Amino acid sequence: MSGQSLHPPLVGAPLLPPMAPPSGIRPSPATWIRKNLFSTPFSGVLTICFTVLAAWLLHQFVSFAVLDAVWAGGQEQCRANPEGACWPFIVEKFDYLRYGAYPVSERWRVDLTLAIGAVLIAWLLWKRAPRRNVAALLFFVAYPVVAFVLLRGVASLDLPVIDTVLWGGLLITLLMSIVGIVFSLPLGVLLALGRRSELPFVRAVCVIFIEVVRGVPFITVLFMANFMMPLFVPDYLTPDRLLRPLIAIALFSSAYMAEVVRAGLQAIPKGQYEAAKALGVSYFTMMRLIILPQALTIVIPGIVSTFIGLFKDTTLVAIVGIADFLRAVETARVDPNWAGPTISSTGYLFAGLVYWIFCFGMSRYSQSMERALARGHKS
Amino acid sequence: MSDVLLAAPSRRSLSLHDAKVRGIIYQLLLAASLLALAVGIAVQTASNMRARGIPLSFGFWNEAAGFDINQTLIPYDTLSTYGQAFWVGVVNTLYVSLLGIVLATILGFVVGIARLSPNWIVSKVAASYVEIIRNIPLLLQLLFWYNAVLKALPAPRASIELPGGIYLNNRGLIIPEIQLYAGAGTVGLAFLAASIFCVAFWFYARRAQNRTGKQLPGLWVSLAALIGLPLAVFLLVGSPVSFVTPELKGFNYRGGHQLYPEFAALLIGLSVYTASFIAEIVRSGIQAVPKGQTEAAHALGLAPGKTLRLVIVPQALRIIIPPLTSQYLNLTKNSSLAVFIGYPDLVQVFAGTVLNQTGAAVQVMAITLSVYLAISLVMSMAMNAFNQRFAIVER
Repeated sequence: MSGQSLHPPLVGAPLLPPMAPPSGIRPSPATWIRKNLFSTPFSGVLTICFTVLAAWLLHQFVSFAVLDAVWAGGQEQCRANPEGACWPFIVEKFDYLRYGAYPVSERWRVDLTLAIGAVLIAWLLWKRAPRRNVAALLFFVAYPVVAFVLLRGVASLDLPVIDTVLWGGLLITLLMSIVGIVFSLPLGVLLALGRRSELPFVRAVCVIFIEVVRGVPFITVLFMANFMMPLFVPDYLTPDRLLRPLIAIALFSSAYMAEVVRAGLQAIPKGQYEAAKALGVSYFTMMRLIILPQALTIVIPGIVSTFIGLFKDTTLVAIVGIADFLRAVETARVDPNWAGPTISSTGYLFAGLVYWIFCFGMSRYSQSMERALARGHKS
Repeated sequence: MSDVLLAAPSRRSLSLHDAKVRGIIYQLLLAASLLALAVGIAVQTASNMRARGIPLSFGFWNEAAGFDINQTLIPYDTLSTYGQAFWVGVVNTLYVSLLGIVLATILGFVVGIARLSPNWIVSKVAASYVEIIRNIPLLLQLLFWYNAVLKALPAPRASIELPGGIYLNNRGLIIPEIQLYAGAGTVGLAFLAASIFCVAFWFYARRAQNRTGKQLPGLWVSLAALIGLPLAVFLLVGSPVSFVTPELKGFNYRGGHQLYPEFAALLIGLSVYTASFIAEIVRSGIQAVPKGQTEAAHALGLAPGKTLRLVIVPQALRIIIPPLTSQYLNLTKNSSLAVFIGYPDLVQVFAGTVLNQTGAAVQVMAITLSVYLAISLVMSMAMNAFNQRFAIVER
């Protein structure tokens, strides 16, 4: 079998470089416009209508946010200008929107916590990073402890305790989302395993939990956490007002995570399970070393889109009196000192941009991951 | 060797090495701990509620509620009971959800099909719509529509006057009230008769097409019957309808129907937001239909519109329907965000006001959750039936 072929190669060794398409076929801008914008009379009409619409919307946006906006000055300049956004308002409220009422001298702790979180998340999500399992361990186990110590404070470590009433703004939004993902992913994996278990009672419990939670709105779960959790436990155990929505968000998103993970478990070929069992590997070892690493990898896009949903849902915690980022914007925009014609719109525009950048960035990551996975499966 | 393989265990010893035994033990442990948790919570809750003087029964159901609700579809006033307030909430939730589902479906299909348009700018505008809307939280969009758009309209005294006696101001959209006189019932009967005629004609047209191969102009005949007959009767009995134009009295308008800004903001927000998700579902559903189907339809001489309507969409619907259902459910669940802008839906009226007034958190939450679960259950059952009806029939 091995050894050199006796025949000379049938195919020439150096491949010819690909030729450019003939100039007649290469589309000129005019051809492109005719083909893509004016292929039929109806298409032409649509093109004109939609161009006008898009141009008008873009013009409205740019003139409000940039051209007519107030860039420097204070309340007076904003009140005098009913046309454009009032950016000095955002500049003045910027710290409040980020930290809420967290004491100014201690804000470095928030920054540090978020920086550590950002590094860990980047490490986890960067596809070529070394030792991502260490990152996972740090993120899901060590980070919550560090974050708790840093944010809330421990008197003996010379970090004054900051009451959660003072927490607010983007800090709360990010905290809610990170707590949500840190707790909901492991819980979701457990629920998904339970739902695929061969034990009927375990399966029934998991199915009921997942379907009930997915069948009700997040607001009702928040209401339950807020009003009923204090009734469930003795008075001395009553959870902190910030802890209640955190528990709610972790439980709520774990049901959605479970469904995502289940899809991944179902996508793993049966042979993998059977091979593991044939080797005498126990259930938990099989899951830990063989099934879950494969299943979780293929559902990363699903996990990210669930996370985007979770991130958007954190806005609802305002209903139980938690001052998240959107609530901070709401509070800031009704500040009588800044009463002006465009303050509300400016606030919403800014909030929209912030949320959009986060969500769009994550969805882009998820799409690139999806493409990478599709490539991996084809080869 | 074969003896060893074939020897089945003649008697089952209860051993921890037996997977079945271990399974039973695990399940018993789980059941015991869940039971302990449930009993613990129940006992603690009961004693906590008693200590705080919160009623443990559903007795509040028939007590007078004593608060008013500004938008009701069923009779309600301050003397009504908490039970009636609950039904107002349920009906309002269903009302806004159903309207939202209709609007979101229309908008979503339009945007989804526009995304696949060969026209570059149309597809780009549709794609931008999807990417912008679905990456901004729904609550932010609702607050924007409510506070920055609808509440920023002029006060009633400076209302924007639209043609036909319609006024737009920050209290909502006020349209003339329709008053019916004797004879209006005949118009309704005429409409009913026209509808029956349309159905009959549709059956006749189909049979005619099967027999002769000729298509009858079903759409035009139906439209003519549905509009023409009631209109003719309407004129015959002498226009039994008058419009009461709203008039500005004091600080607000009297007479006329009012479309409240809370309702409008919720409806717009829910429809626009959900439409962006529906558009993606429609796009991927249509793209999942093999290209050969389009090419075959074109080769048979079907025009692009008919290709889409008769060949592509029916096949794409099979793929579209299941995720579409879950979007409908999401919309219904998201209608609970009404509580942020004050539209009296189930959560705002019942889990909000009633819970605060009675303090009966456990009962109120249990009822609220059951309503949403029932809606989910009914919708998924309906969709399962639909899926079975339209599933591909294989040998």
